[in-house]
Amino acid sequence: MSQKAFTQITEGDVEDLAFGCALLGTGGGGSVGGAILEVQSAIRRFGPVAVVQLEDVPADGLVMPICGIGAPTISYEMLNNGGEAQVLRQEVERVFNKPVVAIMASEIGGSNGVEPVMWASRLGLPIVDADTMGRAFPEVQMGSFFVGGLPLTPIVLVDFQGNVKTFTPTSGESAESGARAFAVAAGGVALMVDFINPAAMMIGNVIIGSVSRAIEMGRAMRYAQDPIDQLKTLLGAKVLITGKISEIERRTDSGFVRGSVTISGTGMDAGREVRIEIQNENLIATENGRVLASVPDLISVLDTQTGAAIATEESKFAMRVTVMAWPCDSLWRSAQGLKTVGPRAFGYDIEYVPIEKLS
Amino acid sequence: MPLDLRIGMDVGGTNTDAVVLDSNNRIVARTKQPTTKDVRQGVRSAFEYVIKLLDADAKRVGRVMLGTTHATNAILERRSLGRVAAIRLGAPASLSLGPMESWPQDLRDAVCVDTCILGGGHYVDGRRISPLDEDGIRTFLTRTAQNPDAIAITSIFSPTSPVDELRACKIVKEILGENMAVSMSHEIGSLGLLERENATILNSALFDVIGQVITAMQDVVDQAGLTVELLLTQNDGTLMALDFARRFPILTIGSGPANSLRGAAFLTGLSDTIVVDVGGTSADFGVLVNGYPRESAAAVEIGGVRTNFRMPDLLSVAIGGGTIISGTSEQPIVGPKSVGYRLTSDALVYGGSTPTLSDALVVEGRFELGTHTVQASELARLKSALRNVSEFITDAIDQVTLGNTHLPLVAVGGAASLIPDDIKGVSQVIYPEHGDIANAIGAAIAWASGHWEGVVPYGDGFNAAVTNGKAVACQRAVQAGADPQQVEVVEQIETPLSYLTTPTVRLIIKAAGPLCHI
Repeated sequence: MSQKAFTQITEGDVEDLAFGCALLGTGGGGSVGGAILEVQSAIRRFGPVAVVQLEDVPADGLVMPICGIGAPTISYEMLNNGGEAQVLRQEVERVFNKPVVAIMASEIGGSNGVEPVMWASRLGLPIVDADTMGRAFPEVQMGSFFVGGLPLTPIVLVDFQGNVKTFTPTSGESAESGARAFAVAAGGVALMVDFINPAAMMIGNVIIGSVSRAIEMGRAMRYAQDPIDQLKTLLGAKVLITGKISEIERRTDSGFVRGSVTISGTGMDAGREVRIEIQNENLIATENGRVLASVPDLISVLDTQTGAAIATEESKFAMRVTVMAWPCDSLWRSAQGLKTVGPRAFGYDIEYVPIEKLS
Repeated sequence: MPLDLRIGMDVGGTNTDAVVLDSNNRIVARTKQPTTKDVRQGVRSAFEYVIKLLDADAKRVGRVMLGTTHATNAILERRSLGRVAAIRLGAPASLSLGPMESWPQDLRDAVCVDTCILGGGHYVDGRRISPLDEDGIRTFLTRTAQNPDAIAITSIFSPTSPVDELRACKIVKEILGENMAVSMSHEIGSLGLLERENATILNSALFDVIGQVITAMQDVVDQAGLTVELLLTQNDGTLMALDFARRFPILTIGSGPANSLRGAAFLTGLSDTIVVDVGGTSADFGVLVNGYPRESAAAVEIGGVRTNFRMPDLLSVAIGGGTIISGTSEQPIVGPKSVGYRLTSDALVYGGSTPTLSDALVVEGRFELGTHTVQASELARLKSALRNVSEFITDAIDQVTLGNTHLPLVAVGGAASLIPDDIKGVSQVIYPEHGDIANAIGAAIAWASGHWEGVVPYGDGFNAAVTNGKAVACQRAVQAGADPQQVEVVEQIETPLSYLTTPTVRLIIKAAGPLCHI
C-alpha cells in the first residue's frame, strides 16, 4: 500500500484524521464527533502536533500508548479536564525514572485514534505514526504488544479529578478487569496507558503508518470526486456489495453490541444479499453462507454517496451503503495474531482466509 | 357572545397560513398569504384577511395559536439575538472545551458576553463532582456585568441532578435582579453536555426575539379590536402559554413540521401514520405515533451549532413544487435547486422558461396552476422527471417506515399531488381536503403539554421516581395551559444505559391535555 507519511497535524487535519479513524473503527470504536472539537481546541491553544516514526525518537525514551476506557455515553456528558495526560506523564516518569518522549494511540479505530492528538498537543510531545491494532478491537489484550510477546508493564490510569492508579497486572485479563474497576470508580470514564516501553523495544511490535493512513483516508473521502473509488485504490480494498440495508438485528450482551446487518444489492448488485456479523465491530461478511471477508481483515460499511463510515449504532433500515473490505496488517496474519483476533477468537468456527484470496 | 372560535396560524418559508375553527373544529375561514421578508407583515396580512372574512363573528374569536419561524431565522441570520453570559458547573471536568468555543465565529460574536467553568455538577450516580463554587459565580457575574441580556446555566448531569443549576439561578437573581432572564439546561435538553449547553445558550439569546413576536402579534390583535388569548406552538406539536414561551423560546424551532403532522392527523382521524408535507422546496417526511410526531434521538444542528433538544424526526428530500428539472428527456435531473417564491414568474405554466415539478404535474393533469400552456417539446422530459421523483419518494418512505408497509401515507402541503397515489411501501395514500393548510390547522387544534426527563436506577426507588416524573410532567402541562381535569400522561420512554454498575434507564415522560375552556 503506497502511502504518504505526514509530519504534522494541524487544526485543519483533525477532521480528516477523524473520518479516517471512523472508517478504521469498522463499525465500532466510539463516535469521533466529540473528540474532533476537543482536539481542535487543544491545537488552537497549544499548537500543532509533530508526527514521528519510532526510529526518530530517542531509543531510550519512553513512549506512552494511550487510550480512553469506559462508557461513551458518559464521556459525552463528563468532558475531559485537559490535564489528565500531564498527570499520567508525571506518574510514568516517576515509576520508570525515564523521560516520556512521545505519545502513541493504542487503537487507531474510532475516537481512541483521534483523542491522543489532543494529549500530544497539550504535552508538547510528538505522536508516533503507529498504533497497536491498525483498527479497533473490543479488548485491551487484542493489541500488537501481546502478540509480539512484550512483557506486561505497570498500567497507569487517571481520571479528570487527577486520581491516579498504578498497578502491575499478571495477565491480559487482570489488566482489563483492574482498568475497568478504576473506570467505574471514576464515574464511568478514565484515561489509560499500558505497555510503557522505550521506543527501541516497540520497533517491530507496532502497526506502522496508522496516523498517516487515517488522515489520507479522510482526505480521500472529503476531496475525491469518487470517494469509494479513491479509498479502494488507497487501501487495496474490495467492494463486497453496493445496496440498501434490508435487515438489522442488534442486542446488547455483557457490554458488547452483537447482531448482524444485511445489505440487499441494488443496481449492478441487484439480487445479491450480504450479511455482516457484528460484535461491536464488523467481523465477518457472508453471502449465501460463503465467507467474503473476515476478521482480522477490515470490513467497513460506508455511506455510498459520501464515503463516510456508518457506525453499528447509526445503521438504519434502507440506508444506501457500500460494504468495503481490505487487508489487515501482516502482523495479525501470524499464527499468534490469528489466535488473538482471528474468527475463532470471536467464537466463529471458520478458517481465516486472507481477503486477497477470497473471491 | 361565546368565545367559540379560534385562529391557527403558521409562518412557513413560502406561505403564511391562517385558519379559523369553531368549537366543533369545523373550518369557518381560511387563507394562504405569501411570507414576507419582515415576517410580521405576512402574519398581519393573513390575520387581517380571516378577520375580515369573519366580519361580525370576529368577536367570537377567543384564542390565536401561532407557529413561527422567527427564532430559526434569527439564529440563521444572526439577527436580533440577545447577548449571553454562560456559566458551566462541573470543574475540574470539562475544562478541555469551553462554552461556545466550537461555535461559528460570527454567531459567537453575536451572542457571547463571557463564559466560565466553575466547581459544581454531579456524576451519573448523583455523587458530587465538586462543591458548588458560589463565590466564583458571584465574581463572574460582577466581573461580566457588562450588561448581558441573559444568563445560561449548565451543570454536568443536571438532567438527573439539577440542584446546582437551581442554586446558581438564585445567585444570579440576587446579584443581577429578579428580572434578569435565565435559562437552566435541565429544563431544555437531555444528556450530552455540549449539545445541551448550546441549546440553553441559544434559548437565552432568543428571549428578545420571541418577546418581539409576542408584542407584534398582540398589536395586530389589538388593532383588530379583539381580546384574545395568544399561544405559541412548539416542536412537538403542542402549545405554550405566553409566559412559558417567553422562558423557552427555543422550543418554537421545528414547530412548523410538527404542526403539519398534527394537522394531518386531525384531517384524517389517524393517530399512527406517515405524513409528508410537500412545499415549494422540499418534502418533509415524519411519523405520527399516538397522534404525536415521533421525535429524533440524534443531535440537531441549528445555524452551525449542535443541539439536542426535542425535535420531530424528519426526513427532508429536496423535492417540492418549485424544484427545477434539467438534463435530457432520457436522463432528467430533478433538483436539488428550486425556483422558490419565483414560481409564479419562472415556471413554464406562468410563461417563464424554467421547467419545474409543478409544470410536470400540470402536464400530467394532477395539478391545476398557471396561466400558460406548456410547449409540446417539453412534455417528454417533464414526464420522465416525475418517474424519478417516485423513486426518491419510495426510498424516503422505506427509511421512515423501516419497512413496515401497513402504514398509510397522508400527503399534505401545497404540492401534495407530487406524491403518486400508487406509491410503494405504504398501505394507501390519503390527500385530505384542506391538506394545503394542515400546518395552520395543526396549530389551531393543538393541546398543551409538559415533560420530565431523568436517569433512574432500577430498584427500590424506581416506582417512586416514575410517579414523581409523571406528576412533574402533568404539572408542567398545566403551566403550559392544559386543563388540570383532562391532562394525562401520553408517553413514557425508557432507554437502558449500558456500562454502569447498577442497571439504569433514561426515562422521559410526557403529559398533555386540551386547553382550559375560557
